[in-house]
Amino acid sequence: MARVSLNKIEKVYPNGFKAVHGVDLEVRDGEFMVFVGPSGCAKSTLLRMIAGLESISGGELRIGDKRVNELAPKQRGIAMVFQNYALYPHMKVYENLAFGLKLAGTPKDELDQRVRHAAKLLEMEHLLDRYPKQLSGGQAQRVAVGRAIVKKPEVFLFDEPLSNLDAKLRANMRVRLTELHRTLRESGQPATTIYVTHDQVEAMTMGERICVLKEGVIQQVDTPTALYERPANAFVASFIGSPEMNIHEARLVAQGAGLAVDLGGASLPLPEVKVAKLKGKAGSIKFGLRPEHVTSLPRPGSTEVQSSVRFMEHMGSEVFVHFDIGNVPMSARIPSDQLGDLAGKTRGAPHSFWLQLNQAHVFDAEHGANLLL
Amino acid sequence: MSELSLIRDRGTPWLRYISLGLVALVMLYPMLWLIGASFKSNSEIFTEAGFWPSRFDFGAYAKGWKTSTEYTFATYFLNSFLIAIPRIIVTVISCTLVAYAFARFEFWGKKTLFSIMIGTMMLPLIVLRLPQYLVFREIGWLDSYLPLIIPSAFATDTFFVFLLVQFLRGIPRDMEEAAQIDGCNAWQLLWHIIVPMLKPAIISVIVFQFIWTMNDFMGPLIYLASVEKYPVSLALKMSIGATEEVEWANVIAISVVALIPSVAVFFMAQKHFIEGATSSGVKG
Repeated sequence: MARVSLNKIEKVYPNGFKAVHGVDLEVRDGEFMVFVGPSGCAKSTLLRMIAGLESISGGELRIGDKRVNELAPKQRGIAMVFQNYALYPHMKVYENLAFGLKLAGTPKDELDQRVRHAAKLLEMEHLLDRYPKQLSGGQAQRVAVGRAIVKKPEVFLFDEPLSNLDAKLRANMRVRLTELHRTLRESGQPATTIYVTHDQVEAMTMGERICVLKEGVIQQVDTPTALYERPANAFVASFIGSPEMNIHEARLVAQGAGLAVDLGGASLPLPEVKVAKLKGKAGSIKFGLRPEHVTSLPRPGSTEVQSSVRFMEHMGSEVFVHFDIGNVPMSARIPSDQLGDLAGKTRGAPHSFWLQLNQAHVFDAEHGANLLL
Repeated sequence: MSELSLIRDRGTPWLRYISLGLVALVMLYPMLWLIGASFKSNSEIFTEAGFWPSRFDFGAYAKGWKTSTEYTFATYFLNSFLIAIPRIIVTVISCTLVAYAFARFEFWGKKTLFSIMIGTMMLPLIVLRLPQYLVFREIGWLDSYLPLIIPSAFATDTFFVFLLVQFLRGIPRDMEEAAQIDGCNAWQLLWHIIVPMLKPAIISVIVFQFIWTMNDFMGPLIYLASVEKYPVSLALKMSIGATEEVEWANVIAISVVALIPSVAVFFMAQKHFIEGATSSGVKG
């Protein structure tokens, strides 16, 4: 059993700065959990506290059934992969992989077998005789992952491991790491993983569950789909998804028996399901709609809104369209073949966009909480 | 970078090499003269400005080596090594430990202690001579090598501590953290990770300490009384004052020989110097 339980975990620095505010979280056995958030959200601090590289100021940390608050990193049954690889420059790849096992007094035969197994798993048998400086970024990162695997830890910790790689390699390594995790889990080996990243694409594609952090406080922990469809607050909504969700201040006004959102002078009637959830709320709110829920052609159930086109970003298969509703800037993500007459429009030209209001989000104007949950 | 190399390529290389060569010649001339003069007679030394001798007579080397005392320079060289080698060993050990503590550990009064240590670098060594002499006299270490070696075992060569601390500060801690997770304790961390990464800096310490100890004149002069314990630096001085009329060629010949160990150590370590200067030992 290698679940990781964080119970009211706190971090206070000697200068009095509180970086982590009572975090409660349970990472299940074998799960791939991603910590994501902007810089300074304490995601790395939290990971380093789990690793034992940073002291815990308050609360309790358990790995498996054991309280590990006071244990040294080597006693916690963890392995960590660092952002800049942290390979020992004076040791060859083989020795880098074997170092931890050697310290633990692993018999030579077993050590050799484990190193070669990890090398095979990561397709780097031909690199074993090289020094770290003779490796490319991607190879070095694979060695760093290999160093974690040979130890057969209870929990894998990754601290932004792909952020030093170029975009193509990053995408490639993303797939490899995810596959590796599934392979380990399916073969019955401990595979609980905590992965820290600031890149929401990495978080969405790799994580089985994602923990979104902001200023040392958990905002939401859920599956990628749930985070995307049902964000707990405006922060999660804007952080997850690319391009970012359109979130703007608006007013909720009564319209007949229902409610409508007044956005930049346009009145957008909310569907009944949403009205029911809002329970007669009115006044200032934050209105959120993802760019992919705006179309250029009419769709059943969507609401037409008059606007003026600002500019378009052609991405190949799709186009990011920036437009204004009144004076509110919005963006839309439209497949290239569904642009309709938008294709020839110049800057400032009027155009009707269609908003799928059944996908709209309504957040509290002050605290940002999702009012539809 | 490309612009820089363009500018470099436009220059005429031979002109650059000639001017560099000329400057090098000016710098090296005293050395060349020294070697040339070791083959000359006294009259030739004082009348000829050129460094090329009229004849190559190695007699001065043989005579100089023998010295006017009962010991040859072999004894004096051995003495120099008996001081330099233990001193280097204790310097490297003590300075690495102290630098490790200053660069990697948090402890009470760290900043103040570091400032005091740096402060001692500014202190002229001569002011310590008298109190140190009195201390070593009380302990009964006079006329032994201990006063020349033991102080270095307490990281008193603060320049080296400073050098190592600065080098360590430039090395990211990730590797040490990785090693901690791999199961290293503080000592294993020092031995398996820090020392190998510090190698270029430690080699600099070895080279400097060797050259400085070989050249040290004042220390042995104060503490050593018996001629059989003299290092090369003192023995050279002695060979000047020993007879009424100095055979300068002998003195110069031995000076040339005395230079060899330092030059040899420098060239042996040169590769690592360059390594240390061009790569910081880590890839970011």
